[in-house]
Amino acid sequence: MLRVQGKAVHQCDSGWVPVFVDQEQSISLMSVGFLLEKPDEAVVWRGPKKNALIKQFVSDVAWGQLDYLVVDTPPGTSDEHMAVVDAMRPYSPLGALVVTTPQAVSVGDVRRELTFCKKVGLRVIGVVENMSGFVCPHCAECTNVFSRGGGEELARHAGVPFLGSVPLDPTLTRSLEEGRDFIRGFPKSPAFPALSCIAQKILNEAPVGLS
Amino acid sequence: MEEVPHDCPGVGSAQAGRGASCQGCPNQGLCASGAGAAPDPAIEEIKEKMKTVKHKILVLSGKGGVGKSTFSAHLAHGLAEDENTQVALLDIDICGPSIPKIMGLEGEQVHQSGSGWSPVFLEDNLGVMSVGFLLSSPDDAVIWRGPKKNGMIKQFLRDVDWGEVDYLIVDTPPGTSDEHLSAVQYLAAAHIDGAVIITTPQEVSLQDVRKEINFCHKVKLPIIGVVENMSGFICPKCQESQIFPPTTGGAEVMCQGLKVPLLGKVPLDPRIGKSCDKGQSFLVEAPDSPATLAYRSIIQRIQEFCSLRQPKGENLVGS
Repeated sequence: MLRVQGKAVHQCDSGWVPVFVDQEQSISLMSVGFLLEKPDEAVVWRGPKKNALIKQFVSDVAWGQLDYLVVDTPPGTSDEHMAVVDAMRPYSPLGALVVTTPQAVSVGDVRRELTFCKKVGLRVIGVVENMSGFVCPHCAECTNVFSRGGGEELARHAGVPFLGSVPLDPTLTRSLEEGRDFIRGFPKSPAFPALSCIAQKILNEAPVGLS
Repeated sequence: MEEVPHDCPGVGSAQAGRGASCQGCPNQGLCASGAGAAPDPAIEEIKEKMKTVKHKILVLSGKGGVGKSTFSAHLAHGLAEDENTQVALLDIDICGPSIPKIMGLEGEQVHQSGSGWSPVFLEDNLGVMSVGFLLSSPDDAVIWRGPKKNGMIKQFLRDVDWGEVDYLIVDTPPGTSDEHLSAVQYLAAAHIDGAVIITTPQEVSLQDVRKEINFCHKVKLPIIGVVENMSGFICPKCQESQIFPPTTGGAEVMCQGLKVPLLGKVPLDPRIGKSCDKGQSFLVEAPDSPATLAYRSIIQRIQEFCSLRQPKGENLVGS
C-alpha cells in the first residue's frame, strides 16, 4: 500500500534498517513482507514463531528518532496482539486505535477487542468507524453499503472516545492499490477530512516534542 | 544478527528443532527433544468421527473483512434449503466468532449428551458450532495463544456429535496460521474435499489470496475455487463509480494466471450486511438480487465439485 513492495531490509550496527517510503524520509516501515523471497510466499507460522518475529521487530529494528510508531495488527485477540502488547509495554504506548466497520456483525467482534484492551491494560485512544457510507465521487450520493453508526454506538457502550467515521472512497482504495499518497493526491476526497480529523485528535493527545 | 526465518519445518517433521529456520524459535528445545514427533491420537479419533460426514469444505481467505463468514453462512443456508441435505457449519474463528450472529443464533448455548457436544440446530438439517456458543457475554474476549486455540479446534472436530452429515462447512479466520494448520492436520486422515477461497477485487486482497493458494498447495489441500466478493458495486444514483476497483483485473485474471477455478463473483448488495446483522438468510430475504443468483450459482458449482470426489479413499490430504 505504501509502494515499497520488493524493497529489501538492510542491517546496520544498531539493527535492521526500516524502509523509508517517502523522499523526505518522514515515514519508515517494517513488515514481514520485506523478508519474503517472493510476494506470493505464504507465511505458514504458528504462534511462537510469529511472537519471536514481533519481538525482534520491536527490539532489533533501528527506528532512530521517532515521533510516532504506528503498529498495524491482524484481526483477533491472539498471539500477535499479546506479543506486541508485551513487547511495547516497557515503552508506555499511548494506546490503541480500534477500527470497526458499521455493521452489527463487525461491532460484535470488535467489542471483544475492547475487552482485550481492558484485560491487558492497554488504554483505548478511541474507536474509528471505517467504510462508513459510500460517497460517490461522481455525484456525491451517499449509500450506506455496510450500514451506519455501529462504531459510534460501540464507543458509547464501551465508554471510550469515538474518533470519527471514515467513508468508503474508491479514490482512497485506488491510491492504496497504486501506492499513491492519498493525502497529497486527493485533498478533496470525502475521506480526507475524516482522516485528518482523526489524525489531529491523536496529535492533540500527544503532541510532538513531549516525552 | 539472525538470518531471515524461513518456514517452520513443522513440529512433527524430522527436522523439528534441528533446522536452520528453528534457530531463535521459542519451541526449539521442545521440538528437538522429539516431543512433537509422535502423531496425535486425535487424528485417528477424528477420522472415525468424520466417517458420518460425507463432504468437508474449508472456507479460507488471505485477508480479513472480505466476507468469508457471510459466504460460509450462506453456503450453509443454500445447501440446507433442500431438507434432505444434512448440513453442519463449524466456526473455527476462535477470537472473532461471528457465525452465531450471522445465523441468528446469538445467545444459544451448547449442550452435552452421552455422545458428545450437540451442535445448535437452526433447522432440523442445519447444525452450527462456534466458540461463540461457549461464551457467556457478547463482550467476552477469547485471548488465547495458538496451542489453546488448536485444542479447541481438536475438540470441535472430535467431540461434537455431528451425526450423519452431507456437508460440513468449516469457516476459518483470515490468514495461514495455527487454526488453518490445525484444521488441515486434524482432518488429515478424514479427507477434506477442498477449500473455497474468498477475496474482494482489489490487488491488496488478491495478494493475500495468492498466499492462501500457496498455503493450500503446500499442505496439499485441493482448491475448489475462488469467490470474488463485493464485486462491481456501482453507485445506484449515477451508475458511475465502483467501490473496490479491480485494478489488476480482479480475481478473474488472478485465477487464469494461477489456473484455479473462479467459482463466481458476488456483487455488493447493501442488503447482505443487513441480513447478516439480523441473522437472516439473504437468499430468502432478497431472492431476486443479483447477489442471490450469484451465490446460488456458486453453491451449485461447489456441489458439483464435491459429487465428483470420492467420499472416502484415495485423495487424502497430506499434513
